[in-house]
Amino acid sequence: MGSRGIKDQVAIVGMGCTEFGEHFDRSIDDMIIEAAHAAYDSAGIAQDDVDAFWFGTLGSGTSGLTISKPLKIDYKPVTRVENMCATGSEAFRNAAYAVASGAFDVVVALGAEKLKDNGMSGLVGAQLPDDGTKTNITAPASFSLLAPAYGEKYGVDRHTMKEVMTRIAWKNHFNGARNPRAQFQKEVSTETICNAPLIAGDLGIFDCSGVSDGAAAAVLVRAEDAHKYCDNPLYVKALAFTSGPGAGPLDPDYDYTTFVEVARCAQDAYEQAGVADPRTEIAMAEVHDCFTPTELVLMEDLQFSKRGEGWEDVLAGTFDLDGELPINPDGGLKSFGHPIGASGLRMLFECWLQLRKEAPPERQILSVDKGKTLGMTHNLGGRPGECVSFAAIVGSELG
Amino acid sequence: MTRGIIGYGVHVPYYRLQRSAIGAALGTGGGKGTRAVASYDEDATSMSVEAARAALRSFDAPIPAAIYFTSSTPPYLDKTNANAVHAALNYPSDVLAVDMVGSVRSTTGAVTAALHDRRPILVTAADVRTGRPGSSDEAQLGDAGAAVMIGSDDDAPVIAEWIGSASATHEFLDRWRAPGWNYSRVWEERFGESVYKLLVAEAATKAFKDTERSAADVDKVVVSGLHARSVRSAAGAAGVGAAPTAEDLTPTIGMTGNAHSLVALANVLDTAQPHETIMLVTLADGCDVSIFRTTDAITDYTSANPVTAQIADGNDGLDYATFLSWRGFLDREPPRRPDPVPPAGPPSERNVAWKFALVGSRDRSTGAVHLPPQRVSVKGGAVDDMEMVPMAEIEATVATYTIDRLAYSPSPPTIAVVIDFDGGGRFTSELTDADPDEVHIGLRVRMTFRNTLTADGVQNYFWKATPIR
Repeated sequence: MGSRGIKDQVAIVGMGCTEFGEHFDRSIDDMIIEAAHAAYDSAGIAQDDVDAFWFGTLGSGTSGLTISKPLKIDYKPVTRVENMCATGSEAFRNAAYAVASGAFDVVVALGAEKLKDNGMSGLVGAQLPDDGTKTNITAPASFSLLAPAYGEKYGVDRHTMKEVMTRIAWKNHFNGARNPRAQFQKEVSTETICNAPLIAGDLGIFDCSGVSDGAAAAVLVRAEDAHKYCDNPLYVKALAFTSGPGAGPLDPDYDYTTFVEVARCAQDAYEQAGVADPRTEIAMAEVHDCFTPTELVLMEDLQFSKRGEGWEDVLAGTFDLDGELPINPDGGLKSFGHPIGASGLRMLFECWLQLRKEAPPERQILSVDKGKTLGMTHNLGGRPGECVSFAAIVGSELG
Repeated sequence: MTRGIIGYGVHVPYYRLQRSAIGAALGTGGGKGTRAVASYDEDATSMSVEAARAALRSFDAPIPAAIYFTSSTPPYLDKTNANAVHAALNYPSDVLAVDMVGSVRSTTGAVTAALHDRRPILVTAADVRTGRPGSSDEAQLGDAGAAVMIGSDDDAPVIAEWIGSASATHEFLDRWRAPGWNYSRVWEERFGESVYKLLVAEAATKAFKDTERSAADVDKVVVSGLHARSVRSAAGAAGVGAAPTAEDLTPTIGMTGNAHSLVALANVLDTAQPHETIMLVTLADGCDVSIFRTTDAITDYTSANPVTAQIADGNDGLDYATFLSWRGFLDREPPRRPDPVPPAGPPSERNVAWKFALVGSRDRSTGAVHLPPQRVSVKGGAVDDMEMVPMAEIEATVATYTIDRLAYSPSPPTIAVVIDFDGGGRFTSELTDADPDEVHIGLRVRMTFRNTLTADGVQNYFWKATPIR
């Protein structure tokens, strides 16, 4: 029983990632081609060397044809996956299992999303025919439910909660300002963040991730083959995923200060990777900062902060680029927007750069110089109380 | 066997428009006092449900043999509006549900049919009254719902015995509205007055003759009608000018169309003593007079939500632009979000008890309540060991909340609350008839039946939370 994991069985030997942004001049096909070929080039392979593909998109296409047609894939297996906001990571997870199973030698995981062609504000989800009894609040409203509940439980007043949320947005914009692939590459002052027009609850515009287009891809091979393609590959240490009963909206015992799915998923990942103290052992983490209160709660669910202390750690700068545990050094969803199918692989791309010391000097984290070799990526999809959660740990060393 | 009123209830919407706001905006029109305004998520059906619930909370009500739904502003044509009321009250399928709609006199028709029956009958009457901006109708009319259950002593104690009724019918052009119009037209009012005066006298005379009563027997006169001038002179025309006239209610809530005669009657019954003779005079394309006499049982009848309390609890801070946009006279820019989608037929039918009557499921082994109903328990995972549990009358407490300024709403922002019901059960609900500033963790709420959106002509009925005030 339990998840055995595939620690050190699969390696990432090449990655590609487009700029994220409002690409009114590029189609989903353009971004797929750009990300795929950047990954091929990075691994030093041709498309014909790839044995199978896993493709993630929430709504920018259906089936493997979405990538096989623009890429002119030569009659290979292409699996299209979807798992809400964890879609990109889900492509990566299943691609890794395909390699670990021995079924394929070289596999590509690719995620892409085109959001800016629909002319709407915010994300727009497909709605199945239903009985009209769901309370259809928007994503920022759903996640804003966390803020008053967290403040109430831990005695953090509304003003301080706003300060904590502002600090998270400020930090992610600071990091994004040092990333040429980010949608937003500007630092934003805390005054601007704090005084921005409200979207939902106490969340202003800057408490919400942007809406953008993007694509990213990774080339995966068996660990023992990694050095045929790459001098400094990353190794998959853990892949965890949880989908639960969605108890939060049903069960009064749920208090809207945690994502149970994330806490369970993270624990599984740490056990697979053999991580005992995440806060000190992990070099960096890319977490799903869809909204600022989400990142606050994630610090506790991912065991980076003790329960009820995440807000103090945020204010102390623990998660800053030069802090004890840099969170979202690439700028996060906050700076990148959230093209759903691409985001998980974009997070992995930052691990690819940072753990291999290929990030630009202005945002290269210092923790890797202290011997830390592990990076984490995390996504959640859904809303507080009913979500799916993904967590991966990758490392630059075997063992 | 004694027959008459065995129960009644009223729903006066929360919002009031100060008539002076009309004059302030348009430079003309308006006047003094306030009118009741159905919120953007209320219609004749939802207000009928709320009125019926107020009635059913007030006495030990039998299951009626039929529901008669009356309104001049029915949300649907070709589809029976009474079915939604039937579903919301969770009545069994052998209860007949029919509409009598199109004119204010339908209310008299429904009540008369019920009085002449021998079974318990629930009559609902509700209107959302509109008039063109600046018109007398806009200012002087109002929105409300009323419900009355007619029955006999073996159904429940009769609190107001029906003594008798008489009518006078005459074809004349006073007020009309073509299907699809959102306002009515009226003829010059002195013409209508000249006709109504004769009809009132005729109906009153016949009523007294048939019931072997006289004007001297009448303790209270309740007059209602859309023709305001004739309403004012009706008591005199009926020969009961000496009897006390019931409060007209128009100054505070406006003349509420189909509901008004029953709202005014309910207001009288709220404070009536035993053995009072009440004369109900309704002017609508004719004149109808009914005579009731309160019984000893009225002393044991406690109205769950008295009319005066509902009038006093109104919020008169509604601004005129919001009122106009709620009623469709002001076409405001929507957010850059997808248009609302109507509910689908099959899932709405499968889940009718949940959607219309807020029936959840309770796990028999753990007691965990599930909203919406689940087959597998969230506590312990028991499969198909659930009993149905009606939640509409249970109060709840806000666990957390948000103000959604991005979501589509006919009246943004949307307030969403996670609520925990007393005794178990949680749901994420919209909060209606509330100001964003009054929401907080711990706020006490109750459930109210609303029309949450209209899309493709489909009225999406469901429940929302509202603050207990």
